[in-house]
Amino acid sequence: MPGRDFLDEATRQLGICNACRYCEGYCAVFPALELRTELTEGDVTYLAHLCHDCRNCYDACMFAPPHEFAVNIPALLAEARVRTYARYSWPRLLSSWVRHSGWATGVVTGGGLLAVGALVLGLVGWARVTSPHAGPGAFYAVVPYLAMVIPALILSFYGAGVVTGGALAYWTEIHGSLRDLLDLRALGRAAGEALGQRWFKGGGAGCYYPRRRGSRARGRLHALVVGGFLLAFLSTTLAAVYQDVLGLLPPYPVASLPVLSGLAGGVLLTVGTTGLLWLKLASPRDLTTGAMAALDYSFLVLLDLVALTGLLLLALRGTRLMGPLLTVHLGVLVGFFATAPYGKFVHFAYRYLALVRRSLEEGGTPRAPRAGVRLNEVTVQSGPDAAR
Amino acid sequence: MATHDVAVIGGGNAGLCAALAAAEGGARVVLLERAPESLRGGNSRHTRDLRYVHDRATPFVTGAYPEEEFWEDLLRVTGGETHLGLATLVIQESRTLPEWMERHGVRWQPPLRGTLHLSRTNLFFLGGGKALVNTYYDAARRVGVEVLYEATVRDLVETGSDGCAVVVDVGGVRRTLACGAVVVASGGFEANIPWLARYWGEAAHQFVIRGTPYNDGTVLAALLGRGARSVGEPRGVHAVAVDARSPRYDGGIVTRVDSIPFGIVVNRLGQRFADEGEDLWPRRYASWGALIAEQPGQTAYSVFDAKVWGCFIPSAYPPLRASSLEDLASLLGVDAAAFQATVHAYNRSVRPGERFRPGELDGCATSGLHPPKSHWALPVDQPPFYAYPLRPGITFTYLGLAVDERARVLTTAGRPLPHVYAAGECMAGNILSRGYLGGLGLTIGSVFGRIAGTEAARDARA
Repeated sequence: MPGRDFLDEATRQLGICNACRYCEGYCAVFPALELRTELTEGDVTYLAHLCHDCRNCYDACMFAPPHEFAVNIPALLAEARVRTYARYSWPRLLSSWVRHSGWATGVVTGGGLLAVGALVLGLVGWARVTSPHAGPGAFYAVVPYLAMVIPALILSFYGAGVVTGGALAYWTEIHGSLRDLLDLRALGRAAGEALGQRWFKGGGAGCYYPRRRGSRARGRLHALVVGGFLLAFLSTTLAAVYQDVLGLLPPYPVASLPVLSGLAGGVLLTVGTTGLLWLKLASPRDLTTGAMAALDYSFLVLLDLVALTGLLLLALRGTRLMGPLLTVHLGVLVGFFATAPYGKFVHFAYRYLALVRRSLEEGGTPRAPRAGVRLNEVTVQSGPDAAR
Repeated sequence: MATHDVAVIGGGNAGLCAALAAAEGGARVVLLERAPESLRGGNSRHTRDLRYVHDRATPFVTGAYPEEEFWEDLLRVTGGETHLGLATLVIQESRTLPEWMERHGVRWQPPLRGTLHLSRTNLFFLGGGKALVNTYYDAARRVGVEVLYEATVRDLVETGSDGCAVVVDVGGVRRTLACGAVVVASGGFEANIPWLARYWGEAAHQFVIRGTPYNDGTVLAALLGRGARSVGEPRGVHAVAVDARSPRYDGGIVTRVDSIPFGIVVNRLGQRFADEGEDLWPRRYASWGALIAEQPGQTAYSVFDAKVWGCFIPSAYPPLRASSLEDLASLLGVDAAAFQATVHAYNRSVRPGERFRPGELDGCATSGLHPPKSHWALPVDQPPFYAYPLRPGITFTYLGLAVDERARVLTTAGRPLPHVYAAGECMAGNILSRGYLGGLGLTIGSVFGRIAGTEAARDARA
């Protein structure tokens, strides 16, 4: 759908929501919508990223299909999010990956595996890759240190740059002032809401995900993924400290901090991503879009593979399979980091900034809504109220 | 041989409460819902709150609502025309509803932005009426209620002293379900245009029906035909101003137009016909359906200008918009000269110097104009100019079945019709004979649904 048509459709559906307001207790999207009488493209983008896709509003909607209004907010806002990811990824040439995440992730990860494989074979040869290695520096016998570090640094800084640039451009669209990004109170409140999953609970009813039954499963699995990711990151950081500060070369013993945190992170990531994939398979496809489903699946599968190959490498690092497994693990990691700025990975930045925007907008104190006639019915005690 | 103890006709709030109460009373229950599953729940889908007696503020209501005040409100809106015994039952039992509803899985809307979104008298369920109905269907499944969708009940037949039978078309196949007792919870007849036309003539064909298209009153008519006594004014409808572009049925709350107090309303001839600022909008909005029904073509236009845009909740459709009054008139298909004359006469009559305060009776009024505009009278002079086209939107009908305190349907002779009970909109006219009190329909349906279900289960198992 061209941008103008999409904005018209978004305005139509959200206009119905704004005239109804029955869902305002579920999440942050509807109270934010109520502050607006006419929607800009930036408003739609902002609302889309406030949405945590719990889908309660769809089940509660008397105007959902087959009603002729055909209101489907989960799918509408999923489409708006896909558009944001595409619009704010850089360079333009690669933005089309967002729309074709399944293909892009597969091809790039395949390319990553081939590249790492070719590098390893070219540098150290088949015989050394497939023979067991032990003692300090064992990994570097298969993949030389610089061959591991330089591509990793390039991909990380590249990814961080693309995501930061996209997030700032997005912020400019939904809010404007970059200086407000320094509002520590808003930043803190948003972080608290994100970590406490304030909007991940369907207003107390749980999320109707994957099916129409209140559940906290998705939020909890998501917390496992976040925790696992942070632990894996911590593990890498600790390993760098061990190597470059303490002068200890990997592999480290199982009872060391890098391995323990990596192990915990790997287990959490595996359980979390597998669980989320399971839920996603059981969830109805008509409440999302094909492009968003592809983004979700490819990201989860890839992250699951990163964790699984990492765990496998840890388990078999003493055997002759260490070399091939390390090659595969690094190849998958190349795929993960190369596609991250064009995949679902970026959602954390957009969601978080939407929460910051919300915090700024609410200002921490109750404020009168701009549009208020029907609200008066609720507060004017003797009169009839919003029911009919 | 009866396959079920209790058959409940209608799967909205009252029917679901009856089915739950009957099943919890030990009965084998079948619920006959006329709509397909995706559109189940009747007009309860469009509700969002209930009115109930409570002694103090809770996290979900801002203060007490004592019995006496509930009574005052009911007597005020009905002009005293209510059944004292039944109204007493509703008001007293309303106190116990939230606990019962919570027990069946219903959740309440939390306060947003302080307590601004809460009411003192009414409790709002999280997600509104369709979420409520979904919750009850889940609860009904758990207690073993059998639900048949697309089940259109044609008639009720007495089968002697031990029960009755329901003639029902399920997915196009006619069946006769024998059962011990029946609960009728099938709503009013507001979706039956020919029936409305009996009282409203040709005008009925221009009415927009705000709720489910399935409330055609078939069961109500069948029971009245079998000697049940009616209550409520047959012509009586709750009608508000809705956007003329609304779907014929089921547009719900989003087609309601709330701009009327902020501008003027003209008919097709370009003339005003009523005081747009007579009282606070919540007290007056339900009078506009009838006012518009009396206009040519049952059509009118709420006209306002740029300075009040944003003062009210917009309808689901964007207003028509033009840069001059003349252009707006041609958009509306109203005679431009007459329309402009009306606006100018109105603008000239607005008394200068009053302060416009949209939330209260502000005394900004016209002088020397007929009909006057008593409050919120600002000149309509700042382009762009806007208009919502209006039609009467029918919410519900008042005609219903007379019942007693046990929800038994009464005959014209005043005796109970054996094994037939009623709950919800099809008997709400006993209590709310006219007027409107927000959230009361849900309260009546819940209280009488429970009574009807309990009584029907006891009756069928006796």
